[in-house]
Amino acid sequence: MTFWNDPINFIANWLTGLLTGWGLSTGLATIIEYALGITVMIVFAMVLDIFLVWVERKVVARFQDRLGPNRIGPFGLIQPFADIIKLVIKEDITPANADKIVFNIAPVLAATSVIVLWAILPLSSKIFGVDLNVALLYLVAAGALGTLAIIMAGWSSNNKYALLGAFRMVANMVSYEIPMVVTLLIPTILANTMSVQGITRAQSGMWFAILSPLAFVIFFISAIAELGRSPFDLIEAESELTAGFNVEYSGMKFGWFYASELLHAFTFGGFMAVLFFGGYGGFFGLEKLLPWLNNPFLQALVFIAKAMFGYWAIMWIKYSMPRVRIDHMLAFNWKFLTPLALVVLVNTAILNKALAGLPAWGYTLGMFFSNVVIAVITVEILRAHGRKQRKAEKKLTPQMARNQEQAP
Amino acid sequence: MHNEWLYIGVFIIIGIIVPVVPLVFAALVAPKKPNPVKQATYECGIETVGDSWVQFKAQYYIFALVFLVFDVETVFLFPWALSLNQLPMFVVLEGVLFIGILVAGLVYAWRKGMLEWV
Repeated sequence: MTFWNDPINFIANWLTGLLTGWGLSTGLATIIEYALGITVMIVFAMVLDIFLVWVERKVVARFQDRLGPNRIGPFGLIQPFADIIKLVIKEDITPANADKIVFNIAPVLAATSVIVLWAILPLSSKIFGVDLNVALLYLVAAGALGTLAIIMAGWSSNNKYALLGAFRMVANMVSYEIPMVVTLLIPTILANTMSVQGITRAQSGMWFAILSPLAFVIFFISAIAELGRSPFDLIEAESELTAGFNVEYSGMKFGWFYASELLHAFTFGGFMAVLFFGGYGGFFGLEKLLPWLNNPFLQALVFIAKAMFGYWAIMWIKYSMPRVRIDHMLAFNWKFLTPLALVVLVNTAILNKALAGLPAWGYTLGMFFSNVVIAVITVEILRAHGRKQRKAEKKLTPQMARNQEQAP
Repeated sequence: MHNEWLYIGVFIIIGIIVPVVPLVFAALVAPKKPNPVKQATYECGIETVGDSWVQFKAQYYIFALVFLVFDVETVFLFPWALSLNQLPMFVVLEGVLFIGILVAGLVYAWRKGMLEWV
């Protein structure tokens, strides 16, 4: 075992030797090691977060045909640091009517809910926090914590706009949790485990995005909804609610909401990579021919590249789509996404059993084409429905024309 | 010695400390000059009328009821999905039947017009 093969265990063993050599008990030495490792990981996440602010601003500028930050440092790279200094030295205003305790806890909880996700994010086969056997349930639980933070912020502000934002967040959560959890079941079925390392290893031959593309699409949509990003950014809808749930926040407390939203988007990009795109691996069996692909540092780079791509795709949707109306959002979820997610789940469960005896290529083709068939049937149902609606509208038109003739 | 849940516990504690540190730092260095106008509820310049903590009409109330049923359902589906490889086809179909009963409930709610925004 060298530093290049297994950096975390190498440092951990060295530290254990050092700390027990000083006369500490093994338990205390373990806790100190955990604390050090976790601090390094969270600091890495925070530095990445600062970088993400720059990426977000630069990319949105390009989408909108602007230059973006370009004054402070090369390509404006120092801009986010200047922003942080500005946020920290700004006066922190707490409204007189607010519930002060809940008001102050909410931004911390928003940041914590994202940071704890990094405990299970598998950066590479050797660099990761912990490999829980219930990792996917942990992901759902931590996601609900972020929702709670937004509801707390909106309610405690004692502001009508903020309250409306919080109520919309509940509607958001009530609808998008179901398709998300159902699509989390599909990697569970395909990999036969809930651990993120196990799911990644199960994809070394074939990505789950190819075995079940519909599950990926549903997960992607519900992840965007859970993040509260456009087109589902009803919780902060600038044109309706000024800033929604965070309207009363200023200074660093606002900064945490902003930072946690960006880090959340990146982390979900990472989980999309883990669940559907092979995570740090997924080289289609190439790593058996080229053993250097198994280097943990290279794997971490591959993982961050895939997560960055997911983050960029979320941004791409955010700056291309108009906001949906809240009743449309609920209808879209309950009348389209949930039934489709359940159909895909049943299909995966039955085919996984029925095709188990086939060779790998037969299994892959069967899974992929069953998804194509479901997609075609779905589109046909939507087309028939749209045609019916247009016919109903046409029936109205002569009546409306007559009314218009009589009017003047 | 590697205890997963001890690790998660330490992670959550440090995950709370890290966001608190900049807030404490900001409280130390940021100016504090509160006045009633600054601390008023911000509603685009108009003086706020009444309290926000009122009984608010949640129009997605029925959706929330349907949501509860499905949320409990998924908890039951995770063990089923995990042991799918060891189960015979018969038990897999039983799980499908369970999903089918829930879908029937969803269709019932749909036909009754419960999935409309009121």
